[in-house]
Amino acid sequence: MSNAAPQKKSAARMTAPSGAMGGRPAGGMGGRPGAGIGMPTEKSLNFGPSAKRLLGRLRPERSRLVLVIILAVASVTLSVLGPWMLGKATNVIFNGAISAKLPAGVSKDQVIAGLKMQGKNQLADLLKGMDLNPGHGIDFNALSQLLLIVIAIYLGAFLFGILQARILNVSVQNTIFKLRRETEAKLHRLPLSYFDTIQRGELLSRVTNDIDNVSQSLQQTLSQVLVSLLTVIGVLVMMFSISPVLALIALISIPASLVLTSLIAKRSQKLFVNQWAKTGQLNAHIEESFTGHALVKVFGRSKAVEAKFAELNGELYKSSFGAQFVSGIIMPSMNFIGNLVYVGIAVIGGLFVANGTLSLGAIQSFIQYSRQFNQPLAQLGSMANLLQSGVASAERVFELLDADEQSADPVDAASSTQRTGTLTFENVQFGYNPESKLISNLNLSVKPGQTIAIVGPTGAGKTTLVNLILRFYELNGGRITLDGVDIAKMTRDDLRSRIGMVLQDTWLFKGTIRDNIAYGNPDASEEQIIEAAKATYVDRFVRTLPLGYDTILDDEASNVSAGEKQLLTIARAFLSRPTVLILDEATSSVDTRTEVLVQRAMAALRKDRTSFVIAHRLSTIRDADLILVMEHGDIVEQGSHDQLIKQDGPYAALYRSQFEATDA
Amino acid sequence: MGRVSSCKSHTRGVNLWRILIHYLKPHWALLVAVMVFQFAQSMASLALPTLNADIINKGVAAGDTGYILGTGGLMLLISVGQVAGSIFATYFGSRLAMSVGRDIRGEFFAKVGKFSERDVAVFGTPSLITRSTNDVLQIQMLVLMGSTMLLSAPILAVGGVITALGLDFNLSIIMAVSVPVLLVVIGFLLSRMIPLFRLMQERIDRINQVLREQLTGVRVVRAFVREKTETARFDEANAQVTETALKSGRLMAFMFPTVLIVLNMSSIAVLWLGSYRVDSGAMQIGTVMAFLQYLMQILMAVMMSMFMAMMIPRAAVCADRVSAVLHTEPSVVATTTPISTKSKAGDIEFDDVTFAYPGAEKPVLAKLNFAIKAGTTTAIIGPTGSGKTTMVNLIARLVDPTEGKVLIDGVALGDLDMDELWTKIGLIPQKAYLFTGTVAETLRYGRETASDEELWKALEIAQAKDFIEALPEGLAAPVVQGGTNFSGGQRQRLAIARALVKQPEVLIFDDSFSALDLTTDAKLRQALARELPNTTKIIVGQRVASIKHADQIVVCQDGQISGLGTHAQLLANNAIYQEIVASQMTAEEAA
Repeated sequence: MSNAAPQKKSAARMTAPSGAMGGRPAGGMGGRPGAGIGMPTEKSLNFGPSAKRLLGRLRPERSRLVLVIILAVASVTLSVLGPWMLGKATNVIFNGAISAKLPAGVSKDQVIAGLKMQGKNQLADLLKGMDLNPGHGIDFNALSQLLLIVIAIYLGAFLFGILQARILNVSVQNTIFKLRRETEAKLHRLPLSYFDTIQRGELLSRVTNDIDNVSQSLQQTLSQVLVSLLTVIGVLVMMFSISPVLALIALISIPASLVLTSLIAKRSQKLFVNQWAKTGQLNAHIEESFTGHALVKVFGRSKAVEAKFAELNGELYKSSFGAQFVSGIIMPSMNFIGNLVYVGIAVIGGLFVANGTLSLGAIQSFIQYSRQFNQPLAQLGSMANLLQSGVASAERVFELLDADEQSADPVDAASSTQRTGTLTFENVQFGYNPESKLISNLNLSVKPGQTIAIVGPTGAGKTTLVNLILRFYELNGGRITLDGVDIAKMTRDDLRSRIGMVLQDTWLFKGTIRDNIAYGNPDASEEQIIEAAKATYVDRFVRTLPLGYDTILDDEASNVSAGEKQLLTIARAFLSRPTVLILDEATSSVDTRTEVLVQRAMAALRKDRTSFVIAHRLSTIRDADLILVMEHGDIVEQGSHDQLIKQDGPYAALYRSQFEATDA
Repeated sequence: MGRVSSCKSHTRGVNLWRILIHYLKPHWALLVAVMVFQFAQSMASLALPTLNADIINKGVAAGDTGYILGTGGLMLLISVGQVAGSIFATYFGSRLAMSVGRDIRGEFFAKVGKFSERDVAVFGTPSLITRSTNDVLQIQMLVLMGSTMLLSAPILAVGGVITALGLDFNLSIIMAVSVPVLLVVIGFLLSRMIPLFRLMQERIDRINQVLREQLTGVRVVRAFVREKTETARFDEANAQVTETALKSGRLMAFMFPTVLIVLNMSSIAVLWLGSYRVDSGAMQIGTVMAFLQYLMQILMAVMMSMFMAMMIPRAAVCADRVSAVLHTEPSVVATTTPISTKSKAGDIEFDDVTFAYPGAEKPVLAKLNFAIKAGTTTAIIGPTGSGKTTMVNLIARLVDPTEGKVLIDGVALGDLDMDELWTKIGLIPQKAYLFTGTVAETLRYGRETASDEELWKALEIAQAKDFIEALPEGLAAPVVQGGTNFSGGQRQRLAIARALVKQPEVLIFDDSFSALDLTTDAKLRQALARELPNTTKIIVGQRVASIKHADQIVVCQDGQISGLGTHAQLLANNAIYQEIVASQMTAEEAA
């Protein structure tokens, strides 16, 4: 598990609404994603096609999405109309206020002519552009009508906005639900070889973090890109229709803020890189000092360690201060440009009103538009980053979905009615990659009830043999039969339900002890579970636990030791009642007394069953009916213990080396 | 696993305030500077609409072009002042936040440095690491965001209300209504959403857990033909996540439309009420327009700070976790009046020693009495959980006994200067942890003045000479964090060599041969016996072969000594020892 990833997610989730505020890119220390400036965004290899494919996954939702678009257009149109209507209302008030000061009974032209005579040309110009009714005050009828319309408009925008967001949410969640489900289903169809070629952590990250990330970015980008884009267009249209000159002034702010932002971002990026480097150094030092806590003390290094910490901490302070400060300037700078535009509109707009080319209400609505204009633009910018990272994640998920699957089970699968446990290897050839054969020509015949011990150094192919019996891998040549039927002709489920397995790594899932024992046989009754537990020495320690069989096992389960976990896996195999058994004897540091129990439990399990044991203990090996000595993928020797000792070959050498070392 | 499981616990944020007050205090001047500049820039922002009102009232309405241009110039100046104010506020805010972060980290680190192994075990090493890195970071982020955004909102709101009151009292009533309405609405939505976010995180954790289990257990799943069960398990988790996502999405959908509708309705109210004020001549039209803009600014500021406030619950949890560490008193404290040992031989004695974790039902060790003579080899064997490592930690005074005392060369460890004790002891812990550096630096960890010859000698005894010699850089070869560029067995041998270089009087091997093959194990033990005959050796182990030649063997069982003697003696009369031997050797070998 990586440390950073899950936190990144929750951080993104917690601050989800912040994007919509057009807030400063939250380029915090440590670097959260979704924070636009200075973040090393993961670049996708193939942005276009992957983005297209991601969108393609939304196809089943298309009727909803069409509705979303219609609602978004309606909602944005209405909210863009709002300021314009409010401007009209302002005009009504202004007209009324001016009209009230004029004598009643004269016409507008007469007033203007009168003003010009008095030399008040500027005031005359102002009035020219107004709709005056001298002598009368504010037309409250017209005003209330206008305001009622505005109320209706905003309520409409409100409702459509909510509907739009809710429907979109459903579409995105449906899509992600299916993507997750498909990915999980895919995992079960992948051949085991796939899991060898890819690091487990990497794969885990794809099915968890990457899908999370796709979900996050899809959710945020889809809704915001649409609304922001529509708003920008709507606002632009309104601004140009009010005054092209003022609109141009507002537009100048775009390149200005772009240039300014990129100038600052360029500087802050370097500072952020430095900050990350220092953070990394400090975290490494902390990790090291805490992990080696006892050593630091006993070796008398406390002072040195603290001095180094102080030094690194100071450096981090300096570098993160610089990075935060410089990136923190972006927001005020953008505001500054916004204010400049505001001043420009106030002054030039004021002049336009004064000379009668624009109404006062128009200026007011223009100011509102210009405030609405920058925000969605900034959002579109940050969406680009989010989208980029979302598509990169989607690409990795798609790669997994596209991976070659294991061959399908044969349609008319053969099955054996007898369950005796006869197993044969006939001219078996195998290699993990076809060029280098690990097993060149293996022949083996196992009778029911026999115990086969497989011995040999690490990497000799012991586990491979097990993998082939379970058909985790396909043969390159020859065949393996179980109870007379070629295992490649059986369904995998049929084959594997006949085989039980106990591996070295004691995999148990988070759940109760009872469910874990019943894993291979979910239909088992309580009596059968307890019977299996008793036979494998599990019952004894389970009864000492406060919750007994209801004890939940998880990663941190400290109440169950490694050895006891091993016993549980044995009980699990016992209950699945296989005809063939595969055992990997553990060498891990199980404490000595539990070890005795593990051995006894394994012996109980082997009774009357064909068993393959990857053997590490002399006692097991000596009791085996057949010992296979493997080296470099081949069986170099086979026979009983006594026969092999007599032969004085590799087995005898191996035996002696262990024997003598133990006696030293 | 650095997952923020922290989110689960609830907190009232008391610790957060305590931490903030405590760590902000030394930097009060910075805090004041932030506030002053935030105030200045907020007031400047508020001045702009007022001036715009003047342009309309005095310039436009009177047709005075000169006034318009003059006021425009003033607005320009104020904008410059505003940006300067924000930049200064950012400067001091960043400085403040980073100082707070640095100080907390510093004190945290110093505190953990004083912890005993017991204290460390209470929290767990990974948790301590997360707390000192991620948790402190969260608090630091809160201070940063607080001094930039959270702080400016109330200033803007208060300033806006004051300015508005100065312009027109009646219209200000609208603000007195709409600000609380907005606060309540957002507060309500957030209070519903935050628990959902937490639930969401838990459910995502669950889905990730199922997947992790499937991947790590892929062989078991397939061998037991449980693919369908696994898929069902996953589907359930998947459906739960989706359900929560839908729920929180539904609430989220309300967020922005609601904020906007409050804002827009307030604007309409301003225009409506304003029209009457203008009609009665109590107010001018430009002032109404200025009002509209204040409203916008103030409500936006309130909204921003509400979202920023979402950081607070998270930071509060982090603060709890950090202060839990900061408020822990180290359980091992150095004495102020140390006594020095007379001899330097390495005699060790356990005198009625009991050790229990606080709150534990059963002690880890109960009334232990035994002595280790200087220069002898003592082995400690027993099942896991029988208290072997605790015995080792007691000797190294990494923990203190709950009752009784441990003595070295006749002096109780508690009366001894810690540094003096630790120069006597060479510890090779269970996990052979190596620090970043070179091989030479690793070896000199306990004694920086050791010569190269001494290093090679130690490597030779530790059976590590061959593989270090084989490295092209030799002693200068790099060691990465944790020593992971060496194999388990190599790491163990380097850790042994590191302890040998220190030339301690007592060597403690805590299961330190587990990764060695039997041949190397045997050679190493022979070399130790040959080269360091006068050093007291304590060997904790699982392998009978590694310990059977010890001068005395201590058999541990459930925190007590069940047997003490030589291999032959114990084999004759100790049942547990017999059982251990039997499980590892066949009868003829043991004989």
